[in-house]
Amino acid sequence: MVSEISPLEIERNAGNFAYPETHLHDAGVGLTEDTIHYISNIKEDPEWVRQFRLNAYKTFLSKPMPTHWASKDLEAIVFGNIRYYLSSGTQAKRSWEDVPEDVKRTFERLGIPEQERKFLAGVEAQFDSEAVYSNIKKAVGEQGVIFVGSTEGLKNHPEIFRKWFGKVIPTGDNKFSALNSAVFSGGSFIYVPPGVKVKHPLQAYFRINAENFGQFERTLIIVDEGAELTYMEGCTAPKFNTATLHSAVVELVALKGAKIQYITVQNWSANVFNLVTKRAIAHEEAEVKWIDCNIGSRLTMKYPGVVLKGRKARGEVLSIALASNGQHQDTGAKMVHAADETTSNIISKSISIGTGRATYRGLVHVPKHLKNCKNNTECDALLINANSRTDTYPAITVRGTGNSVQHEASVSQVSAEQIFYMQQRGLTEAQAMSLSVNGFVNDLVRQFPMEYSVELKRLIELEMEGSVG
Amino acid sequence: MNELAIKDLRATIAEQEIIRGLSLAVPKGEIHAIMGPNGSGKSTLAKVLAGHPDYKVTAGSVMMDGQDVLALPPDERARQGMFMAFQYPNEIPGVTIANFLRAALQARLPEGEELEATDYYAKLYEKMDLLEMDRSFTSRSVNEGFSGGEKKRNEILQLAMLEPKYAVLDETDSGLDIDALKIVANGVNSLRGPNLGVLLITHYQRLLDYIVPDHVHVMVQGRIAMSGDKNLALELEEKGYDWVRDDLAEPAIA
Repeated sequence: MVSEISPLEIERNAGNFAYPETHLHDAGVGLTEDTIHYISNIKEDPEWVRQFRLNAYKTFLSKPMPTHWASKDLEAIVFGNIRYYLSSGTQAKRSWEDVPEDVKRTFERLGIPEQERKFLAGVEAQFDSEAVYSNIKKAVGEQGVIFVGSTEGLKNHPEIFRKWFGKVIPTGDNKFSALNSAVFSGGSFIYVPPGVKVKHPLQAYFRINAENFGQFERTLIIVDEGAELTYMEGCTAPKFNTATLHSAVVELVALKGAKIQYITVQNWSANVFNLVTKRAIAHEEAEVKWIDCNIGSRLTMKYPGVVLKGRKARGEVLSIALASNGQHQDTGAKMVHAADETTSNIISKSISIGTGRATYRGLVHVPKHLKNCKNNTECDALLINANSRTDTYPAITVRGTGNSVQHEASVSQVSAEQIFYMQQRGLTEAQAMSLSVNGFVNDLVRQFPMEYSVELKRLIELEMEGSVG
Repeated sequence: MNELAIKDLRATIAEQEIIRGLSLAVPKGEIHAIMGPNGSGKSTLAKVLAGHPDYKVTAGSVMMDGQDVLALPPDERARQGMFMAFQYPNEIPGVTIANFLRAALQARLPEGEELEATDYYAKLYEKMDLLEMDRSFTSRSVNEGFSGGEKKRNEILQLAMLEPKYAVLDETDSGLDIDALKIVANGVNSLRGPNLGVLLITHYQRLLDYIVPDHVHVMVQGRIAMSGDKNLALELEEKGYDWVRDDLAEPAIA
């Protein structure tokens, strides 16, 4: 066992800064029907959206907290203490020059404009409730690719937006999807026309700057027949003493033969409740891959899913969760097989440090009437300290005779002898642990796009440095 | 001053004293063998020198070129030039030998300085050729699924790459067949020179046929019971450790 770790604050200061608030629009504290009308008025919502929100609000009130199976820590969220909408306008700028100075500086510190120049096909930057910047490279736009914020999407492209919005994740899916549906703002709307393969990733960055705040972005991505897209999202927030809520809904639609890769690297501060619903529908021969890296937050509950609706559709979730002192990463995957010859693959790796707790929750469903479906599930947990904790709850229902499923789980521990061996070669305890953790996730990270694997390794190093006394 | 000087060293594990007043000096450039029966404290000595946290030093000193080693944490000792080849090297799943050694060398550079990748690989391949290692070896995870011989060769590769001032080789010959033993011995011999002092811990004389020591010490019950040149090893081989124990019983032995 590695020597006990002092309860140090995690050092992830890259995102730990905030500028004074200068919002023009503030829905105030707490949530009532008036809050929803306020948001709808500011955003000049069409009537159907206003009604959608009001109905969702009723659903939200009627749904219980999922504490019969999930963490009791959810009860620490006081919905009446949160601010639900903060913005300085609803129109995202097309040029960084036009973005207000403070906000621009925020994203520069996070390296977003630089990454945009280097390797991205387009960027959307959200600051509290609204996208402040949204731009797509000219060549990509000319191929008919749409990449805008959700507010702009529902207004300017209603024929596509309305057809799919709320269809992958119905309002009543869970209490937090209902909450999001009531107060959603920001997030991305993307449409890729048939056959268009977007070579470089589109990226969205979600930044929380304000205290006592809830961010409820809503992302809808439709990739048409034979088209391909990689979308990446990053998120940070400053370290406040009060709880911050991040509750997104992300819906993906991969039409026949389409490919979507959705990559998340979240680096939340330890005061954030991160309760996110993410799901995709994969039509015939479509492929959806979620790459999900969860670092930070107080509690994350996130189970990206794929509904394999068409024959030969393929779904994949590759996830890494790092739970540091006092944090709980409750993550996993859902694979719902709904057609013949569909395949799914789940690989989950979690690392628990100090009193950190990692939970894997999986759902794989293959009904009896289907043929030749396959699922592979692997969950590996690494414990750094004696008081670290991991739990695995795989729920796999496979009926019928023509389907196959494979499930492997392992728990391993970084041993004191292993650390000593590395120290004897000159590595500090933090470097040794960071190398062990990187080794543990290595085979998975190798499948990530290069830019993100480098970023992830750097975050792991920072996390390990901060956790060793 | 240019020596690894151990003086009146006493060390315990779980309150049990294993090293009981041991003194020994290894000048740089020399190879000293420590032989001794099982349980005499040979491996404990290696671990104490490397700074293993389970062992507690209760008295005595260890100086490396005049610097107090016992005051330093294990990683600092290593960076200052103390190397230990483990009897049972640990596995580091998912970390390749190339990346591990790179991290170890990087840890020796001043902050802000980056290891030059081309120089690093040139050096790595040179040392691997020396140890008759296949290039593909370094893309394997450290010690994971290695045979006994591969593990020991990996230890010697690390020794060659990290270029310490003093190296303690803890039963590097154990678990090796004769071919592997020769390769490991050739590796150590090729590193032999005025800048390296070696403490070679072994139970059997066999290794000393291939790595000829400058001095041989016999360790019994946590102390050096007898010292001599390479012929002492041969004498031990012939007479067995009981001979030293019997001798030790006589008060005349210093």
